[in-house]
Amino acid sequence: MAFQTNSKIVKWIDRRLPIFSMMHHELYEYQVPKNLNWWYTFGSLAGIILMLQIITGVVLVMHYTPNTELAFDSVEKIMRDVNYGWLMRYMHANGASMFFIAVYIHIFRGLYYGSYKQPRELIWMIGLVILLLMMATAFMGYVLPWGQMSFWGATVITNLFSAFPVIGEALVTWLWGGFTVGNPTLNRFFSLHYLLPFVILGAVVVHLWALHTSGSNNPAGVEIKGKKDWIPFQPYYTAKDMLGFAVFALVFSIFIFYSPDFFGEPDNYIPANPLKTPPHIVPEWYFLPFYAILRAVPDKLGGVLLMFGAILVLFVIPWLDTSKVRSARFRPVYKWWFWVLVFDCLVLGYVGSQPPEGALILIGRLATAYYFLHFLVIMPLVGWFEKPLPVPASIHDAVLADKKAKESADA
Amino acid sequence: MAATNPDESKGEGVERRDFLTIATTAFAGVGIAGAAWPFIDQMNPSADVLALSSAEIDISGIPVGQEITATWRGKPIFIRHRTEEEIAKARADDNNPDLIDPETDAARVQRPEWLIVIGICTHLGCIPLRYQGDYGGWFCPCHGSHYDTAARIRKGPAPKNLYLPPYKFLSDTLIKIG
Repeated sequence: MAFQTNSKIVKWIDRRLPIFSMMHHELYEYQVPKNLNWWYTFGSLAGIILMLQIITGVVLVMHYTPNTELAFDSVEKIMRDVNYGWLMRYMHANGASMFFIAVYIHIFRGLYYGSYKQPRELIWMIGLVILLLMMATAFMGYVLPWGQMSFWGATVITNLFSAFPVIGEALVTWLWGGFTVGNPTLNRFFSLHYLLPFVILGAVVVHLWALHTSGSNNPAGVEIKGKKDWIPFQPYYTAKDMLGFAVFALVFSIFIFYSPDFFGEPDNYIPANPLKTPPHIVPEWYFLPFYAILRAVPDKLGGVLLMFGAILVLFVIPWLDTSKVRSARFRPVYKWWFWVLVFDCLVLGYVGSQPPEGALILIGRLATAYYFLHFLVIMPLVGWFEKPLPVPASIHDAVLADKKAKESADA
Repeated sequence: MAATNPDESKGEGVERRDFLTIATTAFAGVGIAGAAWPFIDQMNPSADVLALSSAEIDISGIPVGQEITATWRGKPIFIRHRTEEEIAKARADDNNPDLIDPETDAARVQRPEWLIVIGICTHLGCIPLRYQGDYGGWFCPCHGSHYDTAARIRKGPAPKNLYLPPYKFLSDTLIKIG
């Protein structure tokens, strides 16, 4: 059913700028599988959090001063003097963590249900670009309060680039605008931290464009074949996503109002001191698995390459996964490896949070090895050797089978 | 080359138009690269940053066995007044095959009692802690690099010895770095 209206004004506008037709097409005519489960709400949740980050960020900039002499104090002024400044900053700082939680769940959901497989490779790859942009943005944002962790985090991360042969040192000096992290560094990070969220927003639009071209994957991993398989996005998934958002808002509030520094490091409440490194530097939690991979290699360049490789390898998994079946629900062998990978990432996160000593060094190396083996070896091999379970003929059949199974379990 | 009518030479050989297209594209490419350079170079250290390129430091107040941290170009400079024991220990390891970045102690100092190095770990830029680690020199808390009493890397992920700043002794008690 095409867009219809009786309003002359809407008709007049739509004839010249078909924005109403387009929204109608993407919300009412766009076919969404009717069997999406709760794991599928994290995509739209991530989108909402991005908007929250942009709004709170624009507000914070109204009170923040990007200068090494003034930055720390201006953040404290926001916390103590600016009306609701504490709320804006805590929303923004915790919002970053929430954004990564939502996006990491969103990515693992895609991995489990095979959402990266043909024909959705580009949706997946654009998503990875968004992840990389998020990492850069979060890193530069963390530098802005100019506390001890800000300064030394910036020093360690920018020094990663010095590992590259020949151009390394010149590249790092160029990034810093000086011979150490300093005022020029803070200024450019501030500029880019303001810019990149809008680049992310643009990438999200492209992500959704590609999504609305191939359509959403679903837990059964089979395409929409008929009328019984889909429902319109509005009102069904808008309502479901709003409920998801409400639950999220509760969790978010617990952090903001009861434990606002839960994800933070106390050292960042000490002003930056370029002559004293804190005894134990840790990045923000969402970088910990990558940090563990960096430290797993006893060679500087090797560690840096492997760390970047950990994300780059994800770009090629649409071609590394040889299975003809999308959803891990019907992949009895791969399903277990998936959970091993989830566990592996948690182990890497833990190792990254601890000082590199004793058994943790070995555990970090084994976990790093598994991470790469999972994608480069296990994924192609399991796809070849595994005998998948029978895949339902349609989404409708999958829903009926689920219902039947549930009824017999209840009886 | 005789002028050819585009209609006659369709799909054959190099046309005037091909030449013009390539020449125009190349010209525009060089122009864009030239225009991009100011936007890239503006991020390099500015004149005022480069101007702060030397520092004079009075070392008369540093007793034997003590160390101070001075700054040069915003970087920490470790100035250690070494004991006889530390010098001997560093020299004893001059030919140790386990050195990661082999260098003799003599090559790293102008006067044996004064070891002057840039106090930035060559791994990822943290500031190593003095009098710590397995070799009596420095220990980097970030990723566990150990340096000896000549500030040579002995153990851990750092690839190089602590770098030496350019410096000279203006007198027995005054040095100029940079």
